[in-house]
Amino acid sequence: MTSSTTAEARRIVISAPGRFRLPAPRTLWEAREVLWRFGLRDITLRYRQTFLGVIWVVLQPALTAGIFTLVFGKVANLDSGGVPYFVFSFVGMTAWNVFNGVATRAAPSLVANSALVSKVFFPRVLVPLSTACSVVVDLAVSLVMAVGLLFAYGINPGWAVLTAPVWLLMLMLLGAGLGVAASALMVRYRDVGYILPFALQALLYISPIAYALSAVPAKYEIFYQVNPLSWLLQCVRWSLLGQPMPPWWQIGGSVAASVGAFLLGVLVFEQLEREFADVI
Amino acid sequence: MSTSRAGTSRRVGSPPEPTAPATGAPAVSVRNLSKTYRIARAGDRPATAAEAVLRRARHPLQRQSYDVMHALEDVTFDIPWGSAVGIVGRNGAGKSTLLKILTRITAPSGGRIELGGRVGSLLEIGTGFHPELTGRENIYLNGTLLGMRRKEIQRRFDEIVEFSGVEKFLETQVKRYSSGMYIRLAFAVAAHLETEILAIDEVLAVGDVEFQNKCIAKMRDVARDGRTVLYVSHQIQTVKALCSSAMYLEAGRLVEMGSVDRAIELYTSSFAQAAQQQLDAGRRPGTGELRFASAQPSKEVYRPDDDKVIEFAIPGSASSIGQYFVSAHVNNEDGVVIAQCDSRLVGRWFDPGEEVRGRLTLRAPWLKPGRYTVDLYLCKTGILDAWEGSCTFTVLPVLPYPDAASADGSEKGVVFGDFVYDS
Repeated sequence: MTSSTTAEARRIVISAPGRFRLPAPRTLWEAREVLWRFGLRDITLRYRQTFLGVIWVVLQPALTAGIFTLVFGKVANLDSGGVPYFVFSFVGMTAWNVFNGVATRAAPSLVANSALVSKVFFPRVLVPLSTACSVVVDLAVSLVMAVGLLFAYGINPGWAVLTAPVWLLMLMLLGAGLGVAASALMVRYRDVGYILPFALQALLYISPIAYALSAVPAKYEIFYQVNPLSWLLQCVRWSLLGQPMPPWWQIGGSVAASVGAFLLGVLVFEQLEREFADVI
Repeated sequence: MSTSRAGTSRRVGSPPEPTAPATGAPAVSVRNLSKTYRIARAGDRPATAAEAVLRRARHPLQRQSYDVMHALEDVTFDIPWGSAVGIVGRNGAGKSTLLKILTRITAPSGGRIELGGRVGSLLEIGTGFHPELTGRENIYLNGTLLGMRRKEIQRRFDEIVEFSGVEKFLETQVKRYSSGMYIRLAFAVAAHLETEILAIDEVLAVGDVEFQNKCIAKMRDVARDGRTVLYVSHQIQTVKALCSSAMYLEAGRLVEMGSVDRAIELYTSSFAQAAQQQLDAGRRPGTGELRFASAQPSKEVYRPDDDKVIEFAIPGSASSIGQYFVSAHVNNEDGVVIAQCDSRLVGRWFDPGEEVRGRLTLRAPWLKPGRYTVDLYLCKTGILDAWEGSCTFTVLPVLPYPDAASADGSEKGVVFGDFVYDS
């Protein structure tokens, strides 16, 4: 009576979850297709719904970098560390958009897909994580433009360019940590949706994105020394613009902070996930 | 074969047993399963993060208080391979909770479940369909969400399309589909799941009769393949048509696991029993701000074509503010809601300041012979009183038509139609 399909199937055990838990790697791996399909859906919708979708991806970082060049480079006349201001702020915006993109797209994703989450089982953390797919598409477009700019301005970052993917991945992890935690919080507290964009806006200005760290007065430098985003930006600029290599503790610290933020975000998510399923 | 096997597997409340080896192990093995929901007391739950932080700052040691609700208590059973098991019980008995735990949508609070394979769920049809995506894209997205791998979807793609009958519209966005097409496509994807265990919650209630029969046949095939089907339904007809064994749940406990007939018998007799309990207004669900005092039919028995009149009384309340409305569900013996009579639909609202002696007159449809129960609801923004089985009445076994015919002329249908033929 037992069919052949059942004989080879693995037995699945379900029991009450423990206090702290991370999603089982095996479950996540088996559901990788879900991540991909969600990502594909987001990308399809993004470029099908907005007619200007593709153009927007190109225009948005270029326009922001242009405005920053005007405001910070020309009006405020801030230092950009010897690199033309436009390239400098374009690379800064590219890095920021990776972090910001994942955080802002991940945060509302769970509320937007709540019907799904309450009807079908799959590791729910994949919903906010899948938003990274469309951010990668945007990033790819930005990077192509950035490479074009580097050639146009004759900037050679040297061998450090090989490390660029690592910093971009770290920015993504940092953003995902924040976005994943926020997505679960948003299910319960509706004001998170208002607080987060404001917090990110503030973070954009207090991080050295539109200006160089050298433009910061010495007495405020301590605030930049403790901001992991600032470390990561230094790393990105070292790898893409050939600016001086940041100190080792910042390189190590930025990796530790990103991975840590990501794991913490997932842990918070899993903790809250259990609660929002059970507290009606 | 599975009926007898399932009949012996009833082990309600027995101590946990050592885990069976993989060979010959049942498809589903559940031991001492329990699930409690914590329900936050009204107004005790901060809705904003700012409020939550402020409250924590003011009362750093205070814990949030909850009411604990036991949705499932100490449920133990085994389901063999190749059986289709119906899960019946009244609303709130824990059927859906059980299915949600088995499909891992929610986690159990205690106990242990062993599954012999992947569980595919058909909990609500069309979940995960996105209106902006095309039929083809949705087949892949939905199939993936339901637990199919890409290869499986590719292999069965043509079959799915054929079953759904939407070949011509594969590249059309599903927002342009008719609701029938939408449901057929959604069911087609789900029906072709190759998971070893399939959980279904009431989905067969959708679509036309022809499609429903197609679905039931499909479900039978699944069980015949040696896979296992779990089916939650209020529709006794489909449970009888589909299932080889059944379990009956009551208030979170497994009362009976065995033959379909026995479970259904318990289920139907539970309505009368529950009505007795619900006479005690304090034990009924709802906020209790205002409750029905009494409800009874104007007569014990009616002819099918009589007006059925339900008289109810609601006391006045000085503390209750704002108009409320009343809704009545008329259910037949199978627990199917025949009619929902909501006073809002006929423009009637009631004032809580004065005592109400109301009458609900149900003029149509003509009811078939049998016993009917009436559930009464008193609502404002939420439900103030939910009185299931508030009263019952009987419809006499006579035909409302001028002429008689053999039984096959009138046995189909849930109600009698009031019709004429012209030529």
